[in-house]
Amino acid sequence: MTSDTANARLAVDIGGTFTDLAIEKGDQRWTAKVLTTPHAPEQGVLEGVRQVLAKAAMAPGDLALLIHGTTLATNAIIERKGAKTALLTTEGFRDVLALANEARYDQYDLNIDLPQPLVRRRWRLPVPERLDNTGKVLLPLDEDAVRAHVAFLREEGIESLAIGFLHGFVNPAHEQRAAAIVREMWPELPVSLSSEVSPEMREWERFSTTVANAYVQPLMASYLGRLEVGLRAAGLACPLFLMLSGGGLTTIETASRFPIRLVESGPAGGAIFSAFVAKQRGFDKVLSFDMGGTTAKVCLIDDFRPQASRTFEVARVGRFKKGSGLPLRIPVIEMVEIGAGGGSIAQVDSMGRIQVGPESAGADPGPACYGRGGTHPAVTDANLALGRYQPELFAGGSLPLKPELSRAALAEHVGGKLGLSADMAGLGVVEMVDENMANAARVHAIESGKGYDGRIVIAFGGGGPVHGYRVCEKVGVKRMLVPSGAGVGSAIGFLRAPVAYEVVKSLYQRFGSFDLKAVNGLLASMSAEATKVVSEGAFGQPVEETRIAYMRYVGQGHEISVPLPPRALTEADVAEIRALYDSEYTRFYDRPVPGSDVEILSFAVTVRTVEAHVEPAAPVADGAPPKPIRHQMVRDTATGEVTEWPVYDREHMSPGAHVAGPAIVAEAETSTLIGPGWTCRMDGLGYLDLTQEAA
Amino acid sequence: MSKETGALAQIQRQIQWNRLIAVVEEQAQTMIRTAFSTTVREAGDLSAGIFDLEGRMLAQAVTGTPGHVNSMAESVGHFLKKFPAHVMKPGDHYITNDPWLATGHLHDLTVVTPAFRNGRIVGLFANTAHIIDIGGLGMGPEGRSVFEEGLYIPIVKCFDRNVPNETFFDFIRAGSRTPVELEGDIYSLCACNDAGAKRLVEMMDEFAMDSLDELGGYIFDASTRATLAEIAKLPRDTYRAEIKSDGYEAPVTLKAAMTIHDDRIVVNFAGTSGLSNRGINVPPAYCRAYACFGIKCVVAPEVPNNWASLLPFQMEIPEGCILNAPHPYPVSVRHVVGQLLPDLMMGCLHQAVPERVNAEGSSALWNPPLRGGSQVSGQAAETEDFEIITFNSGGTGARPTKDGLDGTAFPSGVRTMPVEATENVAPVIFWQKQLRPDSAGAGRTRGGFGQVMEIGAKGDAEFAVNAIFDRVANPPKGRDGGGEGAAGWVGLNDPNGTVLRTKGFQIVPKGKHLLLKLPGGGGMGDPKERDPDLVKRDVEDGLVSLEAARAVYGFKSG
Repeated sequence: MTSDTANARLAVDIGGTFTDLAIEKGDQRWTAKVLTTPHAPEQGVLEGVRQVLAKAAMAPGDLALLIHGTTLATNAIIERKGAKTALLTTEGFRDVLALANEARYDQYDLNIDLPQPLVRRRWRLPVPERLDNTGKVLLPLDEDAVRAHVAFLREEGIESLAIGFLHGFVNPAHEQRAAAIVREMWPELPVSLSSEVSPEMREWERFSTTVANAYVQPLMASYLGRLEVGLRAAGLACPLFLMLSGGGLTTIETASRFPIRLVESGPAGGAIFSAFVAKQRGFDKVLSFDMGGTTAKVCLIDDFRPQASRTFEVARVGRFKKGSGLPLRIPVIEMVEIGAGGGSIAQVDSMGRIQVGPESAGADPGPACYGRGGTHPAVTDANLALGRYQPELFAGGSLPLKPELSRAALAEHVGGKLGLSADMAGLGVVEMVDENMANAARVHAIESGKGYDGRIVIAFGGGGPVHGYRVCEKVGVKRMLVPSGAGVGSAIGFLRAPVAYEVVKSLYQRFGSFDLKAVNGLLASMSAEATKVVSEGAFGQPVEETRIAYMRYVGQGHEISVPLPPRALTEADVAEIRALYDSEYTRFYDRPVPGSDVEILSFAVTVRTVEAHVEPAAPVADGAPPKPIRHQMVRDTATGEVTEWPVYDREHMSPGAHVAGPAIVAEAETSTLIGPGWTCRMDGLGYLDLTQEAA
Repeated sequence: MSKETGALAQIQRQIQWNRLIAVVEEQAQTMIRTAFSTTVREAGDLSAGIFDLEGRMLAQAVTGTPGHVNSMAESVGHFLKKFPAHVMKPGDHYITNDPWLATGHLHDLTVVTPAFRNGRIVGLFANTAHIIDIGGLGMGPEGRSVFEEGLYIPIVKCFDRNVPNETFFDFIRAGSRTPVELEGDIYSLCACNDAGAKRLVEMMDEFAMDSLDELGGYIFDASTRATLAEIAKLPRDTYRAEIKSDGYEAPVTLKAAMTIHDDRIVVNFAGTSGLSNRGINVPPAYCRAYACFGIKCVVAPEVPNNWASLLPFQMEIPEGCILNAPHPYPVSVRHVVGQLLPDLMMGCLHQAVPERVNAEGSSALWNPPLRGGSQVSGQAAETEDFEIITFNSGGTGARPTKDGLDGTAFPSGVRTMPVEATENVAPVIFWQKQLRPDSAGAGRTRGGFGQVMEIGAKGDAEFAVNAIFDRVANPPKGRDGGGEGAAGWVGLNDPNGTVLRTKGFQIVPKGKHLLLKLPGGGGMGDPKERDPDLVKRDVEDGLVSLEAARAVYGFKSG
């Protein structure tokens, strides 16, 4: 889609509170923000479309494309407002969802709650049938049992059905036959099959994903239908695409079948935005850092692609605690989200340590300095106490802050308990939240099997540019970029996304006995499936294909992804792929393991429209140094020293202009802090490029 | 030092403590990503930590299981006795599986690695992982001495200045049924300590630290203070409790007298049964580990684990009792007794702080070690040779304000493996694995439900189970009027309901399946006081029978 920038394209991102809209045409951009209307989200969208079209002075018919992302599916799961859903599953395994992994996500908390399955036991119904791990039938499908269950579910008023059988991803015959029986008896009941929604090994994750898909499907299909009707009635004739959690776009039809793939589309937009910025600057190893009001999100971006993953947890019951959510196995952009934002609340624990988050003051009452009744100190209060914000100019002057309330809250809840002044308490809070974000980024890189050395941080969101340089110092990153337009980054990201679809299938292979024919057959069928979905939306644009094998040493549990050529494999390729695995493994873990065979667990094929070539920004000559608009007394969090920091207006800086730290570059939505020892240069795109001088 | 410099130093020490915990978390995550044994990579049966040069634990990864946590904390001192810090060289890795010097049975490997900065040793990284096979009889209670239980690795170097000790690896490969996994796991343990050491040096560079002593002092002070403050909130007294385990040749009684002092909690285990001739004996470090965990998660759950935070919990374990097994008594399945210790500790603490304590749960893991092929059936074998173990749990005890957790590990911190994954690594078929109705102890809050597992070999071939199950003769007790959880059951799926022994190596004949009914957790409070809507829901879900609902809960409708 990005190849066609001459036409007007509209992005719509429905978030929990606001619906963001952005129109781009050529290099012009118009944006709008309206309140989300949770009971009928299409109403907010239609109102926003009207507003943004008015701003752009366009008619509905002028739009060539609409791209939409939404958190509706996620919210339906978190709030448990999806369809009354049932599950038909292998007899003896009706409690797979309840038993989960039989673990507690917190070893020392005796009072944890575990996430409840989306389908209660009464509606998780056992069907006699059994396949073995190769797909061989051990026990044929009991068709009468399926029929009896359908009759019962009708009485119970079920609205959506999932079918998941053990090893059904190897051989879908039983799932398909059961679905056919259901459709004969009850054609209008939506049915989700585990072999279609998430055809991968591990029954808990697969059934959980399938059930979640069934749970949100009636709601999403109905919403998408209403939206399309509404948009057409409003005069939009352009194609409509949905943003997927994996970072690609798809058609309404595919989205209605697999709505679970839409869950994380908003954050995905932010990551694509970052990836695009990386491409504009030619940065091939990036750490995207998006800090907002309640959370910070970190995503690794290599070679201009956000890191992909196939696991995700939704609706965590222990706030931000890994393992406390419902697992989903779908293509997603991999990111770590932690409870660290401007509204995160600071307190002192029993060891006398400052703790920040995950509890958040939210927008109401908000941090103490908002003067709306908040009495607990938040990160924003700490930043204010350090002198980082000009109270009367916060949020473009729309929300004057009250520093005395910040100091009072910091003194009472942090400083008083530690013998620290309010200002030093503020320093402690900011250092701790920066440390938490840096630690999350580091551990995330390790879990992903990737390093963080030599990366460049792209910082955005309200807090990213404020905290970025110090997080960089803690992670050991020496360069940071602050793009423009970060306030509606997700929506802009949508406009940069390719039409794409990923198919993942499990097919067990060992290199000692590689079945070239079977692998090539599978890859060809996966390629055909993905190509079909993409061609519906590509409108003849060229497409490209990537193939990946997930591999590990026989006996290991975690796979490394190794790229495959997008064509039929030959014997020579097989040896090369095996060698590539060893070198990838050694890159991560220093030494290969001698004498081990290597196995392939699954394959992924992605077909996507070729992204527009982005010419890396041309270098610009040094520009005139900007003049400070004012000075602020700011306390440095590394040394505790208070010095005068000049403040520059970003709008008045021109490309090539240099600013030496310590300094602040202010704009309406945020401020970029340039720490001591850092310099900032505005590049040809108007982005702030920060570099840490060698010490 | 000015006031502000002092304040900054205080804040920086907090930051450094946080960083140290992140460093050991990186260490643990590296192990999970590189490990071979399913016990580590799928189940998370591992632990990782950093120690000062005196062998005192500074920080430990949150990821990990309690039995390792506290026993690994003791082990580094033993390594230092044999290899003092001044003889250690960069690139050295030391290893042992000595049950008395490490974590209580031969199946746990512990690796210690020195970290060097500017040529000077600054700290030690240690980790522990449960590996699948170490030869001998295999995981199970049948050994009559530790020598029968597997290959015994004294503290030795597995890598000497980055060069693998090939003699050691030759022995290892020859001594295990799963040599590739075992060797791979040792590489993984070393890689994970290396990752920790690398990050530690980066951290010390960033904060310009010459040693960990000052930070250690701060961590120990803060942890001691926080732990003592929590102990001070408890009523001073001596509390007694006892619990029964099924044992092997005879029932085992565990007795505790817990005395709350101003500055410590001392538990005396006098009156506990004597040693067994089989591998259910508990080495003292493992007893301290689980007893300490049971107290700590009630009394001071928020204080991170380190040398100082564990110090105020002191165990007096009489010689000759089953919780103080001396060498060479067999100890392979010490968990089956050891994991009852938190229930025993809570039995004491219930008298002090009833509102913070759970009812008894299934507690000891129900891990069936399964073996098949020629090592069971000889030349008549109908399947390939296999050796696997899965980690499974019954219900946990009811909590004062919440129901117990269904089929969930406690006190162990391990995860189970997917059935589909297990069936891919061994020729077995799980015919059922589901909740066990009417197994939860009744109460105002009920226990968690146990589960039923039915396992056969492919083609219904003969195979064997090395049983290590408990709570069959002694079901989990309720508290405050709550009912007992259902007792466990071990047998065959035949029409006669053939019963198997709860401990020991037994054949599941051709054509038969192993049937396990895992215990439910005990209930808490009077069942008649339970919210009728919750009873109704359990009835509708087929978890509580209508008869039981009427009889036990006084359920009216339906």
